[in-house]
Amino acid sequence: MATVSVCQYHRGGFSFENCKRNALLEADINKLGFSSPAARKTGTTICGVVYKDGVVLGADTRATEGMVVADKNCSKIHYISPNVYCCGAGTAADTEMTTQIISSNLELHSLSTGRLPRVATANRMLKQMLFRYQGYIGAALVLGGVDCTGPHLYSIYPHGSTDKLPYVTMGSGSLAAMAVFEDRYRPNMEEEEAKRLVRDAIAAGIFNDLGSGSNIDLCVITKGKVDYLRPHDVANKKGVREDKIYGRPVTGNYRYKHGTTGVLAKTVTPLNLEVVEENVQTMDTS
Amino acid sequence: MDYAAVDYFFIYFSVFITSQAFCLNILWNTRGLRSQLKDSVPVTGLCPQAGPYGVQDSLRRGFSSVKNELLPSHPLELSEKNFQLNQDKMNFNTLRNIQGLHAPLKLQMEYRAARQIQRLPFLPSSNLALDTLRGTDDTIGFEDILNDPVLSEVMGDPHIMTEYKLGVL
Repeated sequence: MATVSVCQYHRGGFSFENCKRNALLEADINKLGFSSPAARKTGTTICGVVYKDGVVLGADTRATEGMVVADKNCSKIHYISPNVYCCGAGTAADTEMTTQIISSNLELHSLSTGRLPRVATANRMLKQMLFRYQGYIGAALVLGGVDCTGPHLYSIYPHGSTDKLPYVTMGSGSLAAMAVFEDRYRPNMEEEEAKRLVRDAIAAGIFNDLGSGSNIDLCVITKGKVDYLRPHDVANKKGVREDKIYGRPVTGNYRYKHGTTGVLAKTVTPLNLEVVEENVQTMDTS
Repeated sequence: MDYAAVDYFFIYFSVFITSQAFCLNILWNTRGLRSQLKDSVPVTGLCPQAGPYGVQDSLRRGFSSVKNELLPSHPLELSEKNFQLNQDKMNFNTLRNIQGLHAPLKLQMEYRAARQIQRLPFLPSSNLALDTLRGTDDTIGFEDILNDPVLSEVMGDPHIMTEYKLGVL
């Protein structure tokens, strides 16, 4: 039997050793009629809008695994730097890891330059990384922040293309949210109006798309201040279970009421028991 | 018309055309990076590494199969294996086009020197000088997070790896 000996020091990063084996397994499983487990996605509605003083980012909070809701209250607005936040749609793990790596890189970069990082820097880092992996990292992002040059909003697609726009939506509910934006967006809005617009756009996604649901999270970024409102609005309230006694839920009561069954006759027979022997055994609690 | 003037005109015109072609050539080199990348992805990475007798060394490299060697198991496998190499080549090419031939030559000499600062083949080397030269000493990528070789459970056989390094395997 031949053993494969490693001749060079092993490098880190993605390992493609199991790809062929996985392809074979997938083919076998499909032949039997089963399907391999689906990755957890955030079939999502995320959006962002630039207003007078800054940027408002919004996201819903549902994470799905195939046709099942995996997380009812997941957080899709990720921290990149104190003045830059990023919403992520697509494969949940990919968005999470990508934003964390870019956040670390941006922190090192800002320590090296000695300045507050710019949104364009984060955009370029993200786009170069996503292009390197040719779309296999399924992360569609909405990147927004305020830096020394003003408020900026970018949308980044999984293959590495980016758009710099005043209002963007991404995810499975993006069409519903974009419809709201196209109707009511105008340049240089006030903060309250911008928040209401984003809230309505996400609500449109929540109510009209199966992949989005639960609450609405907002993140308002202005020069020097970030408001992370989680949850900003609970659009889908979960119902309260019945039989709550003094505020604590009680499991269903299956006892029948007295008088449900009519009583025909009643006999009482006392059992005379006498104490024969009493034996006390102490427990060894040493 | 004076024939001498016409001759001068033709000479000037031909010189003008060739100089334009030369400029275009340089422009092609900076913009035609995609073609350069295709050329520099060595498919030999997948071919069987021929042993001393021209046949694959089954004892040390395992059994060979045509399907394994002809196609990569994932479209990204080759591009990821040679990513650093291709980045370096691209950067050197750009540098050559901007600053002339000497700049990348000098840098490559420094890279060669930095690459020689290594520990024994089976031990992890920090490659600090090389990272500093490349500018990757303050970046984090997937190669630092996933499959970190420092945390791997198995170690390469010291004898085999040293023999490979010295070329006597």
